[in-house]
Amino acid sequence: MSSLPSTYDGVAAGLSLLVLLTEFAMLRAPLLRSQVRLYAFQSLVVTGLALYVAASKHIDELFVLAGLSLLLKVVVVPSLILRLLRDADTDLAGSSVVGSASAILIALVVAAFGFFAVGSLHVNSASLPTSSLAIACAIVLVAFVLIILRSDVVSQAIGFFSLENGVSVASLVVASGLPLIVDIAFLFDLLVAVVVFGVIMRVHHTRNATLSTSDFDRLKG
Amino acid sequence: MSVLVILIVCVPLAAAIVTWYAPVNVSQNLTIGVGVASFAMALVLLPRASHATITAGGLLRVDALSMVFLLAVAFLYATTSLFAKGYLALGDGANARRYGRRFYAGLNLFCWSLIVVPLVNGLALLWVAIEITTVISALLVAIDDTEGASEAAWKYVLLASLGLGIALFATIMMYYAGTAVFGASYSLSYSTLLSGALHFHPVIVRFAFVLAVLGYGTKMGLFPVHTWLPDAHSEAPTPVSALLSGALLAVSFYAILRFFQIAERSLGPTFPRDVLLVFGVATLLLASLYLLSQRDMKRLLAYSSVEHMGILAIGMSFGASIAVVGVLLQVLAHAAAKGTAFYGAGSMVRKFGTKDMTKIRGAVSALPWSGPMFVLAVLALSAMPPFGIFRSEFYIVEGGLSEPRDVIVAIFVVLVVMAFFGLSWFTTETMLSEPPSSASVLEGDVLVVTKGEVSNWIVAAMVVGLVALLILGVHPPASLSHLLDRAAAELGSVR
Repeated sequence: MSSLPSTYDGVAAGLSLLVLLTEFAMLRAPLLRSQVRLYAFQSLVVTGLALYVAASKHIDELFVLAGLSLLLKVVVVPSLILRLLRDADTDLAGSSVVGSASAILIALVVAAFGFFAVGSLHVNSASLPTSSLAIACAIVLVAFVLIILRSDVVSQAIGFFSLENGVSVASLVVASGLPLIVDIAFLFDLLVAVVVFGVIMRVHHTRNATLSTSDFDRLKG
Repeated sequence: MSVLVILIVCVPLAAAIVTWYAPVNVSQNLTIGVGVASFAMALVLLPRASHATITAGGLLRVDALSMVFLLAVAFLYATTSLFAKGYLALGDGANARRYGRRFYAGLNLFCWSLIVVPLVNGLALLWVAIEITTVISALLVAIDDTEGASEAAWKYVLLASLGLGIALFATIMMYYAGTAVFGASYSLSYSTLLSGALHFHPVIVRFAFVLAVLGYGTKMGLFPVHTWLPDAHSEAPTPVSALLSGALLAVSFYAILRFFQIAERSLGPTFPRDVLLVFGVATLLLASLYLLSQRDMKRLLAYSSVEHMGILAIGMSFGASIAVVGVLLQVLAHAAAKGTAFYGAGSMVRKFGTKDMTKIRGAVSALPWSGPMFVLAVLALSAMPPFGIFRSEFYIVEGGLSEPRDVIVAIFVVLVVMAFFGLSWFTTETMLSEPPSSASVLEGDVLVVTKGEVSNWIVAAMVVGLVALLILGVHPPASLSHLLDRAAAELGSVR
């Protein structure tokens, strides 16, 4: 069955790819503010993917999910972090261990690994856009690269939120029939996690007057 | 019975709300009451759960496997509330009142979330419940507002959230594996998944299982994603450390077992057992090496938790019914032993004002009750008879020998003996050494304190823990043995 991919597969893969590209953009964004905006944009693309899946598979519940994700991930979470940044009065992301060119190269290798590893699972089925799942894996892995290479709490938190976006992409393409209540529970949990991240970031900032994680080296052994 | 299941979920939540508003002394006693009541309810549920599955309202479900973990959590809830009353010495100021309010509301909420994990029905709700335990406990780790606490809390919340992100991925892949049988939309409840598991796509189930072990393994403390664990355990207030170690790690293991159950049904036993074996051996090896060089009392106990999680994973990989019974018994015995050890450590931290064991000398003579009981708890943790962990590790080894797994059993025994040395060497030196002479006090090496207990509440909590360990080790009640057998059968091992 080496027929051409359907329009549905194509659009889903295209939108997933856009999410992955945003992840790369975050990796080279030097300012924390722009990183948050990129995250908002990425969430917007994920919302768009949810709308597209909802419309083409006629799953009405996903419209509700898309609305909630628009509200939470595009509006509430970024504005919460931007407010924290305004109070913190720092704008530069913690310099990563490697330059942004090397970071992109590392991320390329990692993303390619994720993409081909999932591709080699050979899970061909009519309902599964395999390439979208592979891209979702690549997004998750690049989010890890972002978290590992950046040394400030905001970038690391954003890295986690964008990892969640990658999982959302996977969930939309392979598990679009997931009961709505479960999706809402996942989103609600994300919101709680954001609040807790915010509280701990604020504690760290008021205590050490920095958002950097470079002094997180007291506890070891 | 299902009323009782609903009650055991609702009462701690109500307690969390009340303690947010009530004065601290009321909160302390209320928490003790609710903790003891929760354990009593768990005991009432025990005989029933070892015969049949109890469901309540579609969302809650208690079978023998969840009952084992519910017992461990409820036991720690009760004893930790006793210990916390003795451990927290809150003054009268506004700050102390605010701290007490936050602490008790957080403690009850944390225990509530830990109770909910084994009771929810389905992989999705399981993930949600475990995520809730993470966010609440991260705030509790940060509550002391020291530099160490904020560092530990950040590492914990970031790593645990990443782990849970992977676990969410695992849940979604398992859901996808099921769509081949149930169609695009179905519920993720355990009975549904188990009924169709035989026809799931095997590659997807493997992928989901490995992701689940890695994801939930982060919270359980498996190598190489254990790194948050010693920091969080050592920097959290000691009652929280006890719950993290005895209950939180256990319920994360429970999540892995739920995936194990489905993977075993779907793939046969070999693959899931091998995955757990690899993670288990690596974890046990790392923990025994780190145990040899720890001087910080709470970090020592934290690495001992890592060690025990490795033992649990290896025990599951043996697969023989007796080994699985041993693993489940170890969950209970480890909860009791680690709780008791942390209560003793808390008593010493309060007495000497330090966690550094090189500065503590003659603790047994300074703390006439909690000192010796701490030594006993540490010996119990190192699997000395007659305590519960001796029995459970004996079962695990026996199970390993009954399967042709002799090499692994040999490695297992060597590593456990190494951990025993690490764990007992410095603690016995700290505890049983002579009280410091005045000369060494002048040099400022060690701390001198007056003789006497910090609080009788701490002693009470430790006595309860040791009695439970003795019961588990000498003669576990028949109803408990029955429960463990049934839970092992649910996990796919039939005698």
